[in-house]
Amino acid sequence: MTARLALAGVHTHIGSYHILQGVDFDAPAGATTMLLGRNGAGKTTCLRTIMGLWRPSRGTIALGEATLSGLPASAIARAGVAYVPETMAVFADLTVRENLMLAAREGPLDERRLDWIFGFFPTLKRFWLSRAGSLSGGQKQMVSIARAIVEPRRLLLIDEPTKGLAPAIVGGLIDCLNEIKRLGATMVVVEQNFRVAREVGDFVRVMDNGRIVHAGPMAEFVADEALQARLIGLSLDSHQ
Amino acid sequence: MSLDDFGAALPRPKPDFVPALTPLVVALVVAPFIGSASSFVTLTAAGLAMGMMIFTMASGLTLVFGMMDVLNFGHGAFISLGAYVATLVLLPLAHWAQVDSWPLDLALLALALAAAVVVCGLFGLIFERLVVVPVYGQHLKQILATIGGSIVAEQLLYALFGPDQIALAPPASFRGAFVLGDAAIEKYRVVATVVGLVVFVGLTLALNRTRIGLLIRAGVQDREMVEALGYRIDRLFVGVFMAGASLAGVGGVLWALYREQVHASMGGELLVLCFIVIIVGGLGSVGGCFISAILVGLIDNYAGFLAPKLAIVANILLMVVVLLWRPRGLYPVGGR
Amino acid sequence: MILSGRPPRGRTLQALVIAVTLALALAPFLFPGVKPLNVAAKVCVYALLGASYDLLLGYAGMVSFAHVMFFGVGSYGVGLALYGLGPSWGAVALGLAAGLAVSTLLALAIGLFSLRVQAIFFTMVTLAVSYAFNVLASQLDWLTGGEDGRSFRVPEILQPGFRLIDREAFGVALGGRQVSYYLVLVGCVVVFLALLRIVNSPFGRVLEAIRENPFRAEALGYRIVFHRTLATCLAAAGATFAGALNALWLRYVGPDTALAGSIQIATLVVVVIGGMGTLYGAILGAALFVVAQNYLQTLLGAVSTAAGDAGLPLLPGLFHPDRWLLWLGLLFILAVYFAPAGLVGALSREDDTTP
Repeated sequence: MTARLALAGVHTHIGSYHILQGVDFDAPAGATTMLLGRNGAGKTTCLRTIMGLWRPSRGTIALGEATLSGLPASAIARAGVAYVPETMAVFADLTVRENLMLAAREGPLDERRLDWIFGFFPTLKRFWLSRAGSLSGGQKQMVSIARAIVEPRRLLLIDEPTKGLAPAIVGGLIDCLNEIKRLGATMVVVEQNFRVAREVGDFVRVMDNGRIVHAGPMAEFVADEALQARLIGLSLDSHQ
Repeated sequence: MSLDDFGAALPRPKPDFVPALTPLVVALVVAPFIGSASSFVTLTAAGLAMGMMIFTMASGLTLVFGMMDVLNFGHGAFISLGAYVATLVLLPLAHWAQVDSWPLDLALLALALAAAVVVCGLFGLIFERLVVVPVYGQHLKQILATIGGSIVAEQLLYALFGPDQIALAPPASFRGAFVLGDAAIEKYRVVATVVGLVVFVGLTLALNRTRIGLLIRAGVQDREMVEALGYRIDRLFVGVFMAGASLAGVGGVLWALYREQVHASMGGELLVLCFIVIIVGGLGSVGGCFISAILVGLIDNYAGFLAPKLAIVANILLMVVVLLWRPRGLYPVGGR
Repeated sequence: MILSGRPPRGRTLQALVIAVTLALALAPFLFPGVKPLNVAAKVCVYALLGASYDLLLGYAGMVSFAHVMFFGVGSYGVGLALYGLGPSWGAVALGLAAGLAVSTLLALAIGLFSLRVQAIFFTMVTLAVSYAFNVLASQLDWLTGGEDGRSFRVPEILQPGFRLIDREAFGVALGGRQVSYYLVLVGCVVVFLALLRIVNSPFGRVLEAIRENPFRAEALGYRIVFHRTLATCLAAAGATFAGALNALWLRYVGPDTALAGSIQIATLVVVVIGGMGTLYGAILGAALFVVAQNYLQTLLGAVSTAAGDAGLPLLPGLFHPDRWLLWLGLLFILAVYFAPAGLVGALSREDDTTP
């Protein structure tokens, strides 16, 4: 069930702004690909375009054999894509349980899978019947990630999962992401924190001005500090 | 341990009761000015009945807005349509309505309500496809299109049913009043209140206990994320729009029997109250809509008694006061 | 064109705007008679009403239902002043001033109150306030004359019996009606030019920037509520002028002529069919609308009778002259879907090469 994600010549316009200007990009099957870049480089737009929340004006997006570009977001989700937005987008007036119930499209919540999720995020169990809106930012992030993995998905798009999270929680999150990968999902993660990126990423893609400016294995990127400095420069240092 | 039990030991956040008490506060504040206790009881009962009817009409409007940001100015036409459907069902059966029998008359009412649900739901579908969908997502155009739609719909009603008012007497057993001591409570108001309450309970259960209801509540908060979880929000929206039109129709039937007459302009006038109700209640909130409809009904009746010419002005003042207190309405929906 | 950084584009459009303006300017001589002059005065009033509404709808992107209320405030201001104080120019000035003051205050209150939280409240609040105002106007009959309204006398020079000069000019007797017409026309032209000045000022540009992207405009430091409220006040003042002139022309003020919901609908139709965001569109829209209203009804009546004679079901009702709003409403929806730039848009596209 692992599948490779490939974008070819993707352009996205938002209103009168030309944000993605021909993105060529692939995320190998069953691996974690980190999408890095300065603020405003187009990383979030890239994820939203893959998810179908923005329509690409040109180019193709494919997951394995299936073409995603042009489909509505709901169809892309049913093709096995899950999205964790930067804003987390939990349903504030619904309980944690209700949030996860909605994410489980195939049927009732699977208790064994839930226990597996609670293993990474034990607090979710405690706040199971609380309004999601009453949780802290980190807890909302857990809800949002739990929603994406409550059923097996082929591709996970995760936007800045560690933003604003306490270091203690980040550890659980890294374990979680690595475990999901082990189960065979392809992942694309936008991350500002380079330490996290190094730990979970197998491959790295760097964006600038709406294009991919570097693509390669993470190990190579980690080794080449000059390259890091040139491509992502200060924006990453400031987050370390 | 079942799934529902996790976290059960944890204190759940307290629901916000203060706005729900406002109708009571209004009633208590106004009571001394009314003068006689019997008038107060009569007016309060009338206010509750009116509130329940307005709630029925406005509940669909607030959900439709909450989900898709569609402010439907054509909603009033469904209210009028429901009222005309009541005349189509009840006038030919007028000889049955003469018989003073509660089961028979309740069956007649149920028949009229069911007919309104079907007809208005169907026209809701047509309206949604023809008027709302082509301009979906374009805010200004969408407001203009539904305004155009409301003009056309109202004129079509005039063309179909004639420009004159149609008299519609309620069935025999709904006429007259229950007498409690000095206070008289019109029977029909009790009927309307009960129907409104049934709608409220049904709607609340549907929203809280069913998967579709869960989706609607989620959609009101963040429709994009509902899409990203794999649900066709447009299909869900059609359903909500049709249900909203049906509820408007139910409200129209109730209102027609209350006023004992039907006219195509009634929908437009009631729409004004519906707007006040959904603003005061908090856009997208069914619970808020319920509370604010009661407030509007009570204030309309109290003000109508104390200063007959100022009823609508009093409700606008209500809107001003509530929005100064809670700028997003009594029960703001999270995320908007 | 004067005062405008953006004259109407396209030869056909320019020719049409000039033709309508000239026809209005020479109406008493071109179309003598009572009914044509009424039609011309109505075109002037609706052009101003539409143009002031366009400031909101076309430039600020806001839908208001209170425009007819401000029109009514102007009508009642002048009408009641003349009714109470007798026919004098002082009464006209006082009525207009009072009307402008009330309108501006109401607009300010509506704007500040509803725009503070959510822009979407604005439309609903204008509807509610305008409805309440209607109810009040018809209920406070000691003041407004209720449903019957008030007939009043206008200053002598405007009275129909007044003779400006004894002999005829170009075959037309110049009397109080002609003077009144020119008062209406000149009043409308002056306020229209003022509106033109406003939309082409930096303020007009800010309104458009807010309409296009409120978040961006706010990030650039524009105070959205302030600008939108100011637009509401200015539009309200424009409508008040139109109402005052209309009352002077009719020598009567009542709910039907000053506050009817159909006036609000007409204003919307005039602006949308003429072309939003152009001001000139209101002139063309008003001309088309008023002519259509006068002649469409005759046409509908003929169709209705023919359908009735032919024994067709339903059609007589659909084509009844009183159902003219039905057809206008359909036209309105089609215009919103297919020609949001209205007549002006259609005509400028035709020959876009002209600068």
